Parts: sequence; structure tokens; C-alpha cells
Amino acid sequence: MTTPPATARDTQAAARPLVNHGLVKWHLIAGMGWLTLAMFDGLVYSSQFIHHWRFPLAEWLSPGRIRMAHTNLVAFGFLVNSFTAMLYWCVPRLTGQRVLSNALGWLIFYVWLAVIAAMAVGLHLGHAQAVEWGETPVWLDPVVVVGAALLGAQFFTPIARSREKVMYVSLWYFSAGLVWVGLTYIMGNFFPQYLVAGTGAGPMLGLYIHDLVGLYVTPMGWGMMYFFVPVLLRKPIWSHALSLVGFWGLAFFYPLQGVHHFLWSPIPMFAQYGAVVSTIAVEIVVTTVIINFFMTWRGREEALRDSLAIRWFWVGALNYFVTCLQCAFQVTLTFQKIIHFTDWVVGHAHLVMFGVFSFWIYGMVEHLWPKLTGRQWWSPRLCRWQFWLIVVGLEVMFLDLTAAGLAHGFMMRGLSPWEEILQTMHPFWLLRAITGLVIFAGHVCLLVNLWMTARAARAAHVDTDYAPYEVLEEEQPTAAAV
Amino acid sequence: MERFGFIFLVAGLGFFALAFVVSGWVPLMPFIQLDVVSVEELARHVPLEFAELREQYPEAFQKAFGKKSDEEALAEALVLGRATYIAEGCWHCHSQQVRPVGNDEARFGRVHYPEEFNNALNYPPLWGTRRVGPDLLREGGLRSNDWHVAHFWNPPDVAPLSVMPSYPWFFEPDGLTPNKKGLCLIAYVQWLGSWTPSHHETVFDIGTIERAYPAPKIERPLAPVPTAPQQQPPYEEPDTGYDAGYGEQNAGGSPAAPDESDEYGY
Repeated sequence: MTTPPATARDTQAAARPLVNHGLVKWHLIAGMGWLTLAMFDGLVYSSQFIHHWRFPLAEWLSPGRIRMAHTNLVAFGFLVNSFTAMLYWCVPRLTGQRVLSNALGWLIFYVWLAVIAAMAVGLHLGHAQAVEWGETPVWLDPVVVVGAALLGAQFFTPIARSREKVMYVSLWYFSAGLVWVGLTYIMGNFFPQYLVAGTGAGPMLGLYIHDLVGLYVTPMGWGMMYFFVPVLLRKPIWSHALSLVGFWGLAFFYPLQGVHHFLWSPIPMFAQYGAVVSTIAVEIVVTTVIINFFMTWRGREEALRDSLAIRWFWVGALNYFVTCLQCAFQVTLTFQKIIHFTDWVVGHAHLVMFGVFSFWIYGMVEHLWPKLTGRQWWSPRLCRWQFWLIVVGLEVMFLDLTAAGLAHGFMMRGLSPWEEILQTMHPFWLLRAITGLVIFAGHVCLLVNLWMTARAARAAHVDTDYAPYEVLEEEQPTAAAV
Repeated sequence: MERFGFIFLVAGLGFFALAFVVSGWVPLMPFIQLDVVSVEELARHVPLEFAELREQYPEAFQKAFGKKSDEEALAEALVLGRATYIAEGCWHCHSQQVRPVGNDEARFGRVHYPEEFNNALNYPPLWGTRRVGPDLLREGGLRSNDWHVAHFWNPPDVAPLSVMPSYPWFFEPDGLTPNKKGLCLIAYVQWLGSWTPSHHETVFDIGTIERAYPAPKIERPLAPVPTAPQQQPPYEEPDTGYDAGYGEQNAGGSPAAPDESDEYGY
């Protein structure tokens, strides 16, 4: 294979590339590392429920603390790092501008690594804060806010400098999402902790849990999906206008629903009704994303067979449809009578956070890792094993927890003795632990594959998805010959 | 319109601020006038179980709280007990909400009401999200201190199928006496709900509600009912013979039962 002759312009571009691959790669590695730890925590936590706890005397490894480490590592360790990697990859491509500063990028990377490590240590030492999904110790909260502001500066710069005529929908989501994450964090971690007590703080706590999903993870995830799916399918998004309807709908309706996490609580009923109505409204918004995904995919059905990356996105989108359908029902006051306080909610959370957004991130990793390392996957077979183990594991876990939630809810309502409820829950919790093991096994397949791919001999590699068409046309006969 | 600045200002800041006002601030308005009750004020009402704790574990109690009065010791214990409750993640498996649905009131006692969370120990409130174990909002006094000590040492000893972890670090090295952390957490759990009169009534008791939300006094008598005007019962009567506070028997059915809820500003 011949390399195309390097022109002066190419050399210059290579000296200061548009995309800093190092930052993408290391944020991705950090994200996968924290995910591994978070999954391990979840697995260990599930063993408590089947009376198989292995560290009964270790105070710092108490199950209650492990649970907080699990959820917080997922949010701030895994998701933030992975989405930041995604931003470093996508934003310069979409804007044609470099990020503010590579040095700042590395500073953020190391500081964020330290923050997550400190958070995990703090939680294990018992410094937790009583904000769900924001148990991050109070002494770390200001650092997190500064981190969010720096990330904003890093990516707002290229977006604001962009001279593209049309702003692609992903950038809309990134622009807004990076503002929202800092504001959400301030609202959830400072107001209920210092300013508002008791029932008045309830809506803000609900809003925090909700906004962290809806105003950070969702816009980043949607933006990521809207970027990678057209690239993977090599065709444009079905309707840009529809995706913008989705954007404004998300921006308007999503943050109005915090109270739906506390239905039947002492919060005034008008707020509860408002949250329910607004949640039903957001279902319409979410549908635009699902329609857009499947309509973009239509006509390229064979991609599902050929590309594992698109398969991750496809299963994620399907799970998203299930989640959102479920959401429209479970948010009603009727459903909340039964399923609140049960494993139904845990199943829902895993389906959204893992079954949708983490699957999409897996899809991105599947797609990006060969490009970042300059090598083909060490073992495509291991990639497939990872896919099937994780997908089957998660779907079974979701069904299991949903069923467990219904059983638990109806038994609570039926005034069954608590011991009887625990007895009924045991097989569900056993199956949950087993599915956790299956998912973890799938994740280990990925880890092995990432490591071996990075260590393998560097292959001559053409960036088929992003190279200009002339290069592709030039390369194609050679590729066919190989 | 399709510019970064517009999205930043309108969607990023504007919509967020709007949502914060509509779904964060407006639901807060009904409570904004209420005073936040301080811990010292809460501790003025010492549950019987806390006094018992001092008798049951005199040395450990002395070591933990010195010569403090019951009220001072309780104030300290509540703060530390709550911190432990959060540090161990208790609130992830035990809710503190007795909802008006799902037969909660039959299982756990009186339904929650907004004002009871308006105190310094609810920054933020520990409503919880999951019930792996039962709700604890009305737990205080439901079980003995001994039960809690045994339960924290090894939950399956008292609840065979329990999936709650054991907490040996709440105990002195002898494994029999709770240390300061243990005492404080037991004090906190035994305090929960102690502010609500007769919170152990597992049958719905309309009297409890009426005491917390007294009906407005009617100044003028209602228009006389033509058939039997004399038989209209006096309005303030429903409290008669009611067990007013924890451990106090209101013998003789005196209508002037002490209303403790008023004293603490609930």
C-alpha cells in the first residue's frame, strides 16, 4: 500500500492537528477504567442481597458505601470522561476549530482524575452528602463546579468561533448541555445542603437527579448519537428540523419534571401534577429522537449485520424506546402507588443509564478505538462476545428487576410481613447478581480487547469514515487487493 | 438564531432559570414562611428511649457525652447519628416517607406532613428512594434499644432473612456495648417520629390529624337547626380521652390535653 505524497499543507496540519487524539484516547481510557470499577462495585453490592458478602469487617467497604461509589463513579467517572472524549473528537470536526487549549485539556484530565479518586476515597471513608447521585463529599463540590466551567470554556470556544453556515444539531446539544451541567450541580448540591430545609428542598433534589440525566447525560448522548450514526451509516440524518424540535422540547420540558421523583411526597400536589403533565409532554420530544434514529437507519438495514458499532447504537435506541414508553406510565400517580421504593426503579435506571447511554458509548468505543490506536480490533470475535454477553445480561436484568419491583410493590400494598417480602425477593436478587456477573464478563472481554489491540502491531490504517473522498477513492483498489 | 450565543442564553440559561423557578422555587413557596427548627429546640423533647440508653450503657454513654444533660446529649447525638445515617447510606434502603397510598399508614403509622421536615436535621431531607428495609419515619420507640443493638451487630439475629449488613464498627471491641457512633445512630433512629403524637397507632386515627391541623374556630354559632338545635355537639371535643404524647397517659379524659405539636412549632 502506498502512502499518499505529503504536501507542505499536510505536514503543517499534522504538526498541529485539529483533533487532539491523545485527549480523546486518555479520556476514553479513564472512562472505561472507572466503568470497570463501578461495575465491580455494583456486582459486589448485589452479593449483599443474596447473603454472600465477603468483607463483613471492613468498615470502608460497607455495602452502603459501595452503592454510593457505584452510582457516583458511573456518573462522574465513567459518563463525564467518556462524553468528554466524545466532545474532543466531535466538536473540532463539527466546527472546524480547535479546542481552546491542549494544555488546559490535560489539566482538566488530571484534575478530574484526582477529583474522582478523591470522591471514591471520600465515600468509602464516610464523607457522603445526602443528595442522591450527588453523594460526592461536600468539600469536593466547588471543585466539580470549577471543572464544569473549565469544560465549558474548552468547548464553547470552538463552537462560538465556528464559521459554518449551519450549526449541526449535536452542537446545539453540547452548547446547552455544558451550561446545564454546572447549573444543575450548583442547584442540587448547594441549595438543599445549605439554604433550603426539608420539604422545600425536595423539589430541588428531584430536579437535581432528573437534570443530571436530562440536562447532561441526555443532551450529550443525543448529540453523540446524532454525530456517530450518520457517520457510521454514511448517510445524512433523516430530518435535521425534527432533531431541532427535539432540542427545544428537551430544553423546555425536561427541567420541569423534577418533582415526579417524589410523587405522593409532602411536596404540594400542584407541583406533582405539573411534573406529571410535563413528563408526558417530554415523551413526544423523546419520540422525535427515536423516529429520527430509525428513519436514518432505514434503507441501511444490513449495517446491523456488518457494523458492531451501529448494532450498539441500534440496541441502545430500542432500549430508549422501551425506557421512554415505560416512563410515560410509571410517572403517573397510579403507577407510583405500587412501584415507588421498589426494584422497578432500579431496573429503569439501569435500562436508561446502561442500556441506552452506555451502549451508545460502547458503540463509540467500538468505532473509535481502531482509529485512536491505528490498529484493527485484536479480536472481532471478542467484540461480538462482549456485545452478546452485555446485551443479554442487561435485558434479563431489566426484566428481572421490573418483575421484582411489581412483586415487591404489591406485597407492600398487601401488607405482607417484611420477612415474606424478602423471601419473595431472594430469587429475583439472585438472578440480578448472575446477570451482573454476565455483564461484567462482557465488559472484561472489551478490556482484554482494548489492551491487546493497543499492543498489537500497528497496521496501515486508513480513516475510512473521516478521510476526504478523494483519498478514499484512491485507497479503494488497494484495500480490495489486500 | 442558529448561533452559539443564542443557544447559550435562551436554552442554557433562560430555560434553566425558568424551570428552576417553576419547579424548584414555586413548590417551596408554601413553606417559605415556616421557621426552621434548630437541633437544640428539637432535642428539648427527649424520647424515653434516649434516657433509657443512658441507664443501659452508663459507661459508654459517659464516655460519649460526659456529664451533659439529656437535652444537650440528645442534640449532639442527633447530629452525629444523622451524619452516620448518611455516611453508611442507610437512607438508600430505608425511606422516610409514609405516603398516603399503598397502605403505608397501616404499616408504618401516620402519614407524613410537610411541616415535620422543616428542621435543621433536614438539610437535605432523607426521604430515600428505595425500601429494601422498612420505612423509618415513625420508627422511634417502635422497638427497644436492645433490639437495635442486637440488630446493628448482626441483623439476621433478629430478622432472619434480613439483607442488611452488620455494623461491628458501631461497637466497642467487646462487641457488646455500642460506641459513640452506635449510641448516636440508635438515638437518631429512636428519635424519628417521636414528635408525632401517638405515632404507633397503626390504624388510621382521625384524631391525630385534627390535632395537627385544628379546624378554624367558628366565632358565630351556625344557624340553628330547626329540628334539634340543642343536640349539636361542641366543636372542640374530639380530643377527649386521647393519648396525647409519648408515654403520657391522659387519664380522666380531660379536654385540656397538652398539645405538644404546638410547642415545637410544627
